[in-house]
Amino acid sequence: MSVIFQPEYETMPQEELRSLQTERLKKLVHYVYERIPFYKEAFDNAGITPDDVQSLDDLTKLPFTTKQDLRDAYPFKMFAVPQDEVRRIHCSSGTTGTATVVGYTERDLRVWGDCFGRFITSADCGKGDIIQIAYGYGLFTGGLGAHEGATSVGAICLPMSSGNTKRQVQLMKDFGVSVLACTPSYALLIADTAIEMGYDPAKDFPIKAGILGAEPCSEGMRRDIERKLGIQVHDIYGLSEIMGPGVACECECQNGLHVCEDHFIAEIVDPDTFEPVPDGEWGELVITTLSKECSPLIRYRTRDITRIVTGECECGRTFRRIDRIQGRTDDMMILRGVNVFPSQIEEVMMSFPEIAAQYQLILTRKGPLDYVELQVETVPDFPFDEIRRLEKLKKDLGDALKSNLQIKVDVRIVEPKTIARSEGKAKRIVDLRNKED
Amino acid sequence: MISQLTIFLQNKEGRLASACRTIGDAGVSMRSLCIADTRDFGVARIICDTPKKACDTLTEAGFRASLVPVVAVKLGDQPGSLAALLEMLDEKGMNVEYGYCFSSDGECAIDVLKISDEAVEVVLKEAGYQVLAPADLYVED
Repeated sequence: MSVIFQPEYETMPQEELRSLQTERLKKLVHYVYERIPFYKEAFDNAGITPDDVQSLDDLTKLPFTTKQDLRDAYPFKMFAVPQDEVRRIHCSSGTTGTATVVGYTERDLRVWGDCFGRFITSADCGKGDIIQIAYGYGLFTGGLGAHEGATSVGAICLPMSSGNTKRQVQLMKDFGVSVLACTPSYALLIADTAIEMGYDPAKDFPIKAGILGAEPCSEGMRRDIERKLGIQVHDIYGLSEIMGPGVACECECQNGLHVCEDHFIAEIVDPDTFEPVPDGEWGELVITTLSKECSPLIRYRTRDITRIVTGECECGRTFRRIDRIQGRTDDMMILRGVNVFPSQIEEVMMSFPEIAAQYQLILTRKGPLDYVELQVETVPDFPFDEIRRLEKLKKDLGDALKSNLQIKVDVRIVEPKTIARSEGKAKRIVDLRNKED
Repeated sequence: MISQLTIFLQNKEGRLASACRTIGDAGVSMRSLCIADTRDFGVARIICDTPKKACDTLTEAGFRASLVPVVAVKLGDQPGSLAALLEMLDEKGMNVEYGYCFSSDGECAIDVLKISDEAVEVVLKEAGYQVLAPADLYVED
């Protein structure tokens, strides 16, 4: 059993934890009501006063906050502190609209570091161990969030940022890196690059863990990374609107992601009715921040689909766990009227060892019908000389997709490297259905 | 067994040209080329003078290429000679995956066959066929 970074919180008895959350929530509602005009208006419109919140159950009386609310507050309207208390700003890329801006006070940064640090510790990394941070540094929260975590636990920080993959491999080997922090697709690219360079990182490199997040990772892809690098992968969760990575993460038991419940309240709601669902049922994750000073949020709708993992974790942490993110309410695709998440396609693909992990899904429309094409590559040692084998692979994969997703998917085997490798978040879905011909 | 160069090609304009250009520039000379194609991809099978060099060059250039062991038989260039060969293999229970012929001069033809059974060379030799060795066709690099 590994060391626990902040046992006074991480292993706090459930009852104490709930009363800590209640106290913090009661303070929070006053705090946002007094400091952020958006919340005063939202509470007033809902006919709620901060004094109406006396227990955790009262949370459901409060209005939700959405990404659009944050966009409307651009740039600093949601900040709850005067500007001289702000120490850093991160924001989303804004590729799908106005950027969402989040500020951090000195204490916010410390809390962030502590949250991320808990999971660096659970990956058995501490003083004297090197953590290679290959998340992008900059406005994106991945790089600097992991950096705060490394600083918090006193590990040796290797601030690589993303890119320059051969150098990532070289330093990983030469420096004897313990832990890699980046997106899962980039971890896979690093692993494949190491293998292409003639190494067997599982044997040759001392690296033992990966803290991977910022994009969904199927169980199959996780096992692929674990096998190639010889590591244990901890799935980490966070989103820039809330804080960045570190809101929740898997411990060494890899059975759900512990939510840092001293700082956040996680609820699961039905994505259509917004009513809370019972523990264990899938729904949209909604998060309330309990201790953020600059950019606190009440019931923020993450659009991520997960569920509460019930029961106690063997690691000894009492924080409740959420399951690995199944998809996003907004990247749920509706294909021929069927709801499909990219993660479902990945699960099917990963059951075919002949298929490489990279893929791209091209959606077009043929007449009134959606046409779905899945582009995949074979692994290098696949015997492609025999067309029969290629055709059989195509058919078997197509049949498996059909029986799992209930829709017809046209499988196309493409040449190696035609599917773009990614250094950040992978572009897996190309939706051309609404393009004019 | 001899080494045949196999290249996986997407059905996309210019891919075959690009593959040929890549090995052409590397100074590889082809003895034969045949293509099996399907709706969205094709497989080019090539006998050339330096198969290993060709395969390495293509792989480095990002193609999916590999060397595949096939059997090459020299036959008299006359009607019925291939039929007799195939009938013999059929009798011996040897399953032919694919095959093609090229003729080296006016008098004889070379038949290339993909047969998974490793005993095929022995069977052919015992039946009196002239089975070609790598050195008969290309440089073993």
